Amino acid sequence: MGLKIIVTVKQVPDTHNISGEAMKEDGTVNRAALPTIFNPEDLNALEEALQIKEAVGGTVTCISMGPPNAVEVLKECLYRGADDVVLISDRRFAGADTLATSYALKCAIEKVGGFDLILCGRQAIDGDTAQVGPQIAEKLGLNQLTCVAAIAAIDERSITVKRSVEDGYEIVKSPMPVLLTITGSANEPRSANAKKVMTYKNIGKELSSLSYDETYMSVAHGTPVLSHIREWNVEAIGAAPEQCGLSGSPTKVKKIQSVVLAARESRQIANSDAGISGLIHELIEENIIG
Amino acid sequence: MDSNNNVMVFIEVRHGRIAEVSLELISAAAGLAAELGGQVEAIAPGHRLEEELPRLGHYGCRRVYYINDPRLTHFTSIPCARAVIETIRRHDPAVVLFGATTRGRDVAPRVASALKCGLTADCTDLKIGDHTIKDRTYENVLLQIRPAFGGNIVATIVSPESRPSMATVREGVMKMGTPDPGREVEIIPESIPFSDDDFISEIIEIVREEKQVNLKSAQIIVSAGMGASDPEALGLARELARILGGELGCSRPVVDAGILDKEHQVGQTGVTVRPNLYIACGISGQIQHRAGMSEAKRIIAINRDPHAPIFALAHYGIVGDVKDVLNKMIKAYKTKA
Ligand SMILES: Cc1cc2nc3c(=O)[nH]c(=O)nc-3n(C[C@H](O)[C@H](O)[C@H](O)COP(=O)(O)OP(=O)(O)OC[C@H]3O[C@@H](n4cnc5c(N)ncnc54)[C@H](O)[C@@H]3O)c2cc1C
Ligand SMILES: Nc1ncnc2c1ncn2[C@@H]1O[C@H](COP(=O)(O)O)[C@@H](O)[C@H]1O
Repeated sequence: MGLKIIVTVKQVPDTHNISGEAMKEDGTVNRAALPTIFNPEDLNALEEALQIKEAVGGTVTCISMGPPNAVEVLKECLYRGADDVVLISDRRFAGADTLATSYALKCAIEKVGGFDLILCGRQAIDGDTAQVGPQIAEKLGLNQLTCVAAIAAIDERSITVKRSVEDGYEIVKSPMPVLLTITGSANEPRSANAKKVMTYKNIGKELSSLSYDETYMSVAHGTPVLSHIREWNVEAIGAAPEQCGLSGSPTKVKKIQSVVLAARESRQIANSDAGISGLIHELIEENIIG
Repeated sequence: MDSNNNVMVFIEVRHGRIAEVSLELISAAAGLAAELGGQVEAIAPGHRLEEELPRLGHYGCRRVYYINDPRLTHFTSIPCARAVIETIRRHDPAVVLFGATTRGRDVAPRVASALKCGLTADCTDLKIGDHTIKDRTYENVLLQIRPAFGGNIVATIVSPESRPSMATVREGVMKMGTPDPGREVEIIPESIPFSDDDFISEIIEIVREEKQVNLKSAQIIVSAGMGASDPEALGLARELARILGGELGCSRPVVDAGILDKEHQVGQTGVTVRPNLYIACGISGQIQHRAGMSEAKRIIAINRDPHAPIFALAHYGIVGDVKDVLNKMIKAYKTKA
């Protein structure tokens, strides 16, 4: 058997290592000062896809929507064993909220077509929304299994997973095709394979609007090698421009406040009812606690 | 359409009981609906909820649309999303709220996608206010307040051009009102034309388990050291963690003494955490412990020794007995305005 697996991966700012310089005076985020990384749970989604491929056979296609340098996460996918990668990039995708993001990814996934499984990370650390996966599923009319902590069984027609929920876990089975969101506890992602790094580190990008086919792979020494990374724009995926990017995003950011302290200043709080209730109120006002 | 200003809450059921977060949201919705001049409504997909649903009234819900079907006894995505989508289409609320739980965050995005409306995840506060886009001012829109960028910023999100405004709200942040058994809710059966294909997910097994500790992704950690390791102090630390919606951490000697599981240990040989708030209770602050928590955005240290090294790291230092201080913190939080 051969399953066709699609994995969505995102390049994100490393929000867990934000330093003072990453915040501008006006409280907005200075993205330029932030290193970018492979969204951690997307690495788990990729690992799960690779393990399924190794267990039952198939291909793994990774798709990312982002600026041109998001190609870096796609190269990371190739280093780990993905068969194919596609970059969705266009200025008109900029400013997308989860609705516009899932719309663009849905168009790209339809263009790839013929899939059995779509694997997403549970959430991306820049927004922590966990919305894009279920929204892609809805747009494709697919079933979804979210917060997957392990795959219990898989055959040609169905997949059984363990989902973690607040008060325990549940084992759920769904026929394919189905979309899964994978959590960080599902597996330990592998690191890059040195040989594949050699093969792909200088791979180029090519803007293409051709229909999806596999002729770009050259079969050298038995294993297909990708000759270039395809980049698709709004037209290539057949998306309606008004549903993309900022114009396709119903949510608007009204205001942003920084919560990073200017410097580590230590304050002594009096051990009195007034002192402690003052502290609690301060933390509530600053949205540190709810 | 002449729109109403109602606020609707998705009712989450766990093992036949209404989840606490749903009651918190009903209470919050009551405040929002009062400002908007609307009423509180609820959507309850499930089975055999007749005895549970009246509780919604006690917290201020006026009517609940009850989708009663034995196949909804256990949550699965598609039928639940369909029930919510249909009910919203029929009754056109201005605002819809979901708990930011596994189930709430599973169903809400599907609903938002189908209705092509905005959805803000994991809010920690909700307000009503105005918003201007170009020269048009939208009055009384839902201001959805949430931390983003790993807690480094707090963003206020609005979605005035799509209806309804939808948000998932973190468990425990909205204050549950005092129940008034005199208030009644109208239970309105809502019938949804499900097809067999909607029940595509098959639940094989449901296992209840004590919640595992998840220090890494916790935004708030209350951590107990040897100075807070007796049952009473530990109980208070646990209680504070619970009401703040955080997790309980600890120092290594507490694990070595067999008081807490290794999963709770913060530090060089434990977990490294970067929460928004770390409350160190009776922890001296040795380097091996600090290695695991020094990057917390805010640190509160409670210690009776004014020279404990933890104070050099803390943003807020409180010198005093840990039980005394924790009691005061719990009281102050519970009586917050
Ligand atoms: C190789 C190595 C690895 C280690 N890894 C870790 C690690 O990963 N994590 C870790 O935590 N430690 C680790 N340690 C141990 C570390 O060195 C310290 O021993 C430990 O952190 C101390 O824990 P503590 O602060 O809870 O206890 P103590 O040092 O005993 O401090 C207790 C504190 O509580 C205060 N106190 C007592 N009673 C009260 C009261 N009623 N009210 C208020 N305050 C009170 C005291 O003033 C004191 O400051 C490691 C050590 C080694 C050698
Ligand atoms: N721009 C994107 N490109 C590819 N995948 C994405 C993108 N945004 C989100 N995803 C996928 O959707 C998941 C959830 O993202 P989010 O809803 O932003 O938390 C991520 O873990 C990715 O798998």
